Amino acid sequence: MTTTRDAAPAPEALRTDADLAVHLLRLGDDALVLGQRLCQWITRAPTIEEDLALSNIALDLVGHARTLLTLSGRLDGTGRTEDDLAFTRADREFTNALLTELPNGDFAVTVARQLAYTHYAVLYYEALAAGCADAELAGFGARAAKEVAFHRLHADNWTRRLGLGTPESARRMQAGLDRVWPYTAELFDEDDVLRRLAAAGTVPSPAPSRPLWEQRVSEVVTRAGLTVPEPRWQARGGRAGLHTEEFGPLVAELQSVRRQFPGGTW
Amino acid sequence: MSSTSTEREGAPASWEVFLRPRRGLAHQHMGSVRADDAAMALGRARDLYIRRGDPLSLWVVRSDAVHAVSPDERDPYFSNARHKPYRYPEQYAPLTGQFTEFREEGRDDDHHP
Repeated sequence: MTTTRDAAPAPEALRTDADLAVHLLRLGDDALVLGQRLCQWITRAPTIEEDLALSNIALDLVGHARTLLTLSGRLDGTGRTEDDLAFTRADREFTNALLTELPNGDFAVTVARQLAYTHYAVLYYEALAAGCADAELAGFGARAAKEVAFHRLHADNWTRRLGLGTPESARRMQAGLDRVWPYTAELFDEDDVLRRLAAAGTVPSPAPSRPLWEQRVSEVVTRAGLTVPEPRWQARGGRAGLHTEEFGPLVAELQSVRRQFPGGTW
Repeated sequence: MSSTSTEREGAPASWEVFLRPRRGLAHQHMGSVRADDAAMALGRARDLYIRRGDPLSLWVVRSDAVHAVSPDERDPYFSNARHKPYRYPEQYAPLTGQFTEFREEGRDDDHHP
């Protein structure tokens, strides 16, 4: 990422492009990193059908990342492609929210992480589709919203099933919610970049969606006989490239083929 | 679950999947999935059978709700369809080809058998 803090103020359009590049990179990194995490379930899911369900979701997310990283690379002035951005950045240059990189844990932790992310993503992509001036980005929002709505259904159903299943499944589902909840606030964080973009009407900020997100996930969690966690701390740092300890191995695995065979195609 | 008495203990139920691929076509049987409830069956059917295309409708039905003719009952149910060739349109010859031949041979006015 480039910073122009010390340079002369860029013209308005250039600054908007740079801001939008930062924002789209964050969204793209969310999708890429969560997709990579979900791929780690392949051959390890509880059943073969669930293996397929999780990898299908991962595939959709990687698709979102491709579009978002491509757009970001086009706007940031470096001319980097989606592959450059995914495979040649160091871990400190990734700007995903910490929620998306949390280790899979048991299946209930993954479901809890999916519940938090999918409810957020549906709201934000719908806002993008409705409130984005750029037709390409609005179109992407509309398509992505439909896909994550199916992922949300998957998460809602599993939350209910595990919550209302056996005492052991309910205990694990509650533990999963407790594990991921401190990481949910970062999804809705609004910094100067987002404030400028929202004020200019370029893209909406995710911050206004938070009350509706809380209402919707609370409904799902309560109907599953579980308790909405009230964490006493909130994790932040992902947007600034400060990641959890488990993030390094994820990035290393993501980029391993590219490192072994630089420039390789197939 | 009478029809699933040989099932492994605790295995999720089997569901038959029907997909209506497009307007003008009836639902077609695609195969089956295993799932603990209808929502899970629909989700899995979607993952397995409709990653592509733009289908109109998807049904799942518990496999044990399907009642089938047993193999022992094949004859009483199906044998009356056999040996009745007149029920098939096989005896009709394609007309157009022959008619053209008649014309080309100039026997247009003499086509009674």
